[in-house]
Amino acid sequence: MTVVVQRLKRGYQKHWYAYAMITPVAVVLGVLVLYPLVYGLYLTLTDANSLNTARTIGVNHIDATYKFIGLDNYKDILFGPTSYDRFWSHFIWTIVWTALCVALHYTIGLGLALLLNQKLRGRTFYRLVLILPWAVPTFVTVFGWRFMLADGGIINSFLHTLHLPTPDWLEDTFWQRFAAIMVNTWCGVPFMMVSLLGGLQSIDTSLYEAAEMDGASAWQRFRFVTLPGLRSVSSTVVLLGIIWTFNQFAVIFLLFGNTAPDAQILVTWAYYLGFGQQPRDFAQSAAYGMLLLAILIVFTSFYRRWLNRNEQQLAI
Amino acid sequence: MSTTTVETSAEVREARPAPTGRRFRRRGEQSMAGKLVSHSILIVASLIALFPIVWLIFLSLGPDKDDYLHPGGIWKKMTFTNYSFVLRHTEFFDWLKSSLIVSLGTTVIGVLIAATTGYAVSRMRFPGYRKFMWVLLLTQMFPVAVLMVPMYQILSDLELIDSYLGLILVYCSTAVPYCAWLLKGYFDTIPFEIDEAGRVDGLTPFGTFARLILPLAKPGLAVAAFYSFLTAFGEVAFASTFMLSDTKYTFAVGLQTFVSEHDAQRNLMAATAVLIAIPVSAFFYLVQKNLVTGLTAGGTKG
Repeated sequence: MTVVVQRLKRGYQKHWYAYAMITPVAVVLGVLVLYPLVYGLYLTLTDANSLNTARTIGVNHIDATYKFIGLDNYKDILFGPTSYDRFWSHFIWTIVWTALCVALHYTIGLGLALLLNQKLRGRTFYRLVLILPWAVPTFVTVFGWRFMLADGGIINSFLHTLHLPTPDWLEDTFWQRFAAIMVNTWCGVPFMMVSLLGGLQSIDTSLYEAAEMDGASAWQRFRFVTLPGLRSVSSTVVLLGIIWTFNQFAVIFLLFGNTAPDAQILVTWAYYLGFGQQPRDFAQSAAYGMLLLAILIVFTSFYRRWLNRNEQQLAI
Repeated sequence: MSTTTVETSAEVREARPAPTGRRFRRRGEQSMAGKLVSHSILIVASLIALFPIVWLIFLSLGPDKDDYLHPGGIWKKMTFTNYSFVLRHTEFFDWLKSSLIVSLGTTVIGVLIAATTGYAVSRMRFPGYRKFMWVLLLTQMFPVAVLMVPMYQILSDLELIDSYLGLILVYCSTAVPYCAWLLKGYFDTIPFEIDEAGRVDGLTPFGTFARLILPLAKPGLAVAAFYSFLTAFGEVAFASTFMLSDTKYTFAVGLQTFVSEHDAQRNLMAATAVLIAIPVSAFFYLVQKNLVTGLTAGGTKG
């Protein structure tokens, strides 16, 4: 016992600077993240909605009347009647959306980064133009896309002049999903491109020389020098890309508003439940949030373990 | 005739070092065809990157709200009336004020609070270090849906809904840990010998941080500040929910008000969008080089 106390004391004396320095962030995280998180967790165990929570109308204050119902919300979301339409269909679409978007971001970003990594006239200019979708705030560019995709907008007029079918981008479910992936790809490629370009430039050129001396073809040089050289950057940006795409709110919310129930990914769907409808279903919305966070935490843990097994450190 | 012979001999001479029969080239150089392909792909990609924004600018010059249906007509009646209308008769400047207050507030609080922590996790290995880093990473993956409901309830209780302070606090929940991450990455690039020199000269860890490291870390602080500013400026979900009165909207919310179920003033919306996009992207281009190195510098060191 005394040994433990002594060790604690020594540790405290040795590390008190460190603890003092992380105190501000720890306090902020406790107050602004942990407390709401615990409170949100409690709300998911109740039947809180906008009709039974505490609220003030004019001068009258109405007390909260919601009650504790245990895990019923989770049970209802995952296994209740019509749970396929409410949760699982959105879940599948979210997975498809994340996988497709990140795959497109990565391959297009890598392709452009490889092109920009050559000795090429005007490559600074290309780079500056190509990061434009990242430079302009998403909430601005999404509206630009909305004008283009609208019925009678430029994209459909163009397709019409080519005698191609003109889909209802913003009305038909399949095309809504197509449009959402297209817009999000457009928004997300620059970040991948720039990060991968940084990674490419940090690869030692003598490796390429050695490979060429050994008679490696262009494809072999790409496969056995470039890709391994990019591994650490790739594992980081892919993880970031997955997290950001999975949580992507602005693109779908601003592109469709509440008009496209079937094109909503889980995040925007949770928002719709909690704030886009009347009465607002706070408990279910928060429960969706918890499920989303759980999915991400499980995924990230596996991802890290998988990287560690391949003897890689996650860069972030 | 003579020219052709010269050319062939040149070809032969070039071909000699590469016995496989392929044309000899210097490293990193490409054949004409390869260059052409690279340029054409990059030009197409640039056009795709550019077009939606150019189109938005073009539409903002058309005076009627349905001009986007007949874009050809805009050439004949191009005008800046949308811009003067937006600046004079909408809440544009209120939105500007709210956006600046919220974004700058978040930036200042985020960087101030995160600075010492970034230093501590960069230099000191204390018990619980790995857990703490994991928590910082964890907060980066919070979906908006997790904190929105409880935050809404808490802020309603505190009567902070529809107030700048409320929104700043919400943004700090992501900005503070994010800044700590970014700053750790930057502090890692500052040589540890500087700290040791300071300690040998009798400075406490706080003294080392405040007198030696902080002045050196100005570029890193700037990157963290820029990044929190841009994130707060572009945030949609919380701003759309927590700001209720139209004079307190940030740009991300205000821009949505042009399109309602009944009416869509697309011309005014396009003009507002352009007015927002120009300063923000100019700002972005000024800092983009640092932004990228900052993001990946946080990356390369575990």
